Amino acid sequence: MSNIEAHTVAYVRDTMLPEQTPPITEKGAVKWLRENLFSGWLNSVLTVLSLLVIWWALAAIGPWLLNTIWNAGSLRECREILDGTPGACFAVINDRWHQLLFGFYPSQHYWRPTLAFVLLLASLAPVLFTNLPRKLLYVSAAYPFVAYHLLWGGSIWLPVSAALGFVAGFVAFVFARRVNGLLAVFAAVLAPIFWWLFLAQPFNAGLSSVLPIGLEFVRSDRFGGFLISLVIGVTGISLSLPLGILLALGRQSDMVFVKSVCVIFIEFIRGVPLITLLFTASLLLNYFLPPGTSFDLILRVIIMVTLFAAAYMAEVIRGGLAALPRGQYEAADALGLDYWKAQRLIIMPQALKISIPGIVNTFIGLFKDTTLVVFIGLLDPIGLSNAIRADTDWNGIYWELFIFIGALFFLFCFGISRYSMYLERKLKTDHR
Amino acid sequence: MKKSIFIGAFAATSLVAGVAQAQQTLEAILDRGELNCGVSTGLAGFSAPDANGVWQGFDVAKCRAVAAAILDDPMAVNFVPTTGQTRFSALASGEVDMLARNTTWTFTRDIDLRLTFVGTNYYDGQGFMVPREIGVSSGMELDGATVCIQTGTTTELNLADFFRANGMEYEPVPIETNAEAQQQYLAGACDVYTTDVSGLAATRASFGEPDDHVILPEVISKEPLGPVVRDGDKNWEGIVRWTLFALMAAEELGVTSANVEELAQGTDSPEINRLLGSEGDFGDMLGLDSDWAVRAIAASGNYGEIFAANIGEQTPIGLARGLNAQWTQGGLIYAPPFR
Repeated sequence: MSNIEAHTVAYVRDTMLPEQTPPITEKGAVKWLRENLFSGWLNSVLTVLSLLVIWWALAAIGPWLLNTIWNAGSLRECREILDGTPGACFAVINDRWHQLLFGFYPSQHYWRPTLAFVLLLASLAPVLFTNLPRKLLYVSAAYPFVAYHLLWGGSIWLPVSAALGFVAGFVAFVFARRVNGLLAVFAAVLAPIFWWLFLAQPFNAGLSSVLPIGLEFVRSDRFGGFLISLVIGVTGISLSLPLGILLALGRQSDMVFVKSVCVIFIEFIRGVPLITLLFTASLLLNYFLPPGTSFDLILRVIIMVTLFAAAYMAEVIRGGLAALPRGQYEAADALGLDYWKAQRLIIMPQALKISIPGIVNTFIGLFKDTTLVVFIGLLDPIGLSNAIRADTDWNGIYWELFIFIGALFFLFCFGISRYSMYLERKLKTDHR
Repeated sequence: MKKSIFIGAFAATSLVAGVAQAQQTLEAILDRGELNCGVSTGLAGFSAPDANGVWQGFDVAKCRAVAAAILDDPMAVNFVPTTGQTRFSALASGEVDMLARNTTWTFTRDIDLRLTFVGTNYYDGQGFMVPREIGVSSGMELDGATVCIQTGTTTELNLADFFRANGMEYEPVPIETNAEAQQQYLAGACDVYTTDVSGLAATRASFGEPDDHVILPEVISKEPLGPVVRDGDKNWEGIVRWTLFALMAAEELGVTSANVEELAQGTDSPEINRLLGSEGDFGDMLGLDSDWAVRAIAASGNYGEIFAANIGEQTPIGLARGLNAQWTQGGLIYAPPFR
């Protein structure tokens, strides 16, 4: 009994000491500052230098940005209002925002590209977020045809007859599958081609004469500004991914002919700068087409941009395929899956997941590359900034236009990049 | 060998295209109901879209006059923005019917590229702009200067010629666009900015303090700018050429957009009568009707009115007539007789 502690030591505390506040240097903001900004003399110097640079930038730009003029008819008017003080003249955006967004699109039809953009977001949602009802994917499938009609207008039967080609392919596939799998694939490819070549034209012409409904036709050369960037960018992005996957698979194929075609295509496109392809689209093709046929310039550019992005995409996806352990392929074979099933169920889901950062990189690069069309005389936002500056009212204005254009591009690219991070987190299955 | 075959095929294709297009530009425009006119993607005073997307400017007015003469509607023009690289192939391939785009008339363009310059609607020349504070008053004092110069243009070659001929040295600061040049020049990256005088005037007008900069008196090159059409369609070439001359002659004869309708009823001057179609059948010879010139002049005025409205001294660009005055006023604007 005498061995218990209370009897062998002089004093035992039987209550807890009240918690003391940590030393001032070990808590709150001071601790954070000490650990993150001033953890050594080198870091302290760098911190101070960085602060100086930030201060210097803010001091230079801040007053200019804060002293912004939003309402003026010309740069001269802006300067009179500013009266010698430094200040931004965002009145040019106020005056020309509709041109930067829509180009020369007729102003009474601005609702059409706007609606097309809203529908784009709506139709992207089920593709991007899997927790939405799967039925919405039908909306996404219909979107290209709806958007075409909204943007270009004309007879409504043209996009309808184009869409019916895919329906024909699907129907042929379903019926032929009852006979033979390989036959079904052929039927699915040949039926739409047959439809487009021989039946779509009379179908379109017939219905157009019987029921001439549709929005007013807007010509491609009315397109400009962000409208053109988005049309080229979105089409290029959505077409280059499937094309890129096919090219990547083709490059890995054992069939010599398929493989060499894919390799030659990829290496050729990657060996040529995009600007060269754009010049080819704009200049060279004209000479080889029969005179009088004006093959739409925007369409030519979209094709070139898509092919360009597809070649890069193929290499990104090939990287993903190469990163898969050999065992995955063998496991798919062992399960008795055929080539397409193995790709669809085992290989591609993993390869694409690995490739997400690279794919997104290509997407963002493609979207920004659309500004290169300025060199072939298409008035994208950069081209329009030039044209706006050529107006005597706004001659001499630079930063305001570029800040506006840059901000919009940043918005899109940042959005894409945030989504890709979300996707990576969601698909993360390993334990690293 | 392969290359030459390719070039041969290329030339043959363009030749076939050219022949097929010959003699039918006018019909094609009448069928289409609008004129395809190649303009620059934006050059202050010469061509630029306004806030409503309507193209305005000195070159643009020329297209509108041609459209008015043919189609009786100055707005029936489809403006195709072209860059320095795409302009000639756009014309050669038939994408545009005519170019009205600050294009210098040179030997190789006229002969080698198989184009036809129908005349000169603006006599430009290369000049220098310097800040007033460096105190230079002549191009001869520019020895050792740093010069902002657009790469790949004739201005680059002219500059080298000028400095070599005068035994002076310079340091080029290569830049890509006019906009970049303005920024570089204002930031002091170069002492001198050189380009065409009209461009210098437009640039200077855009500065916050235009009076702090002077355009030196030396003009070191000839830059006759004018509308261009393809070779091979004499009728179309004649329409564009004589529309241009009609605008020039109208100024000389005192025909303006205000009085053209009235004078078209008939006057005492046979020359005016022939121009405006109350005498003779000049319109028929062009394949147009007799009022073609009346409509061209009514579209945006005679040559002097177009000049004054777009680049003249009352505009921010503020160009004097100079070489572009009528020959009777000591300039070079000289329309052959309507006879």
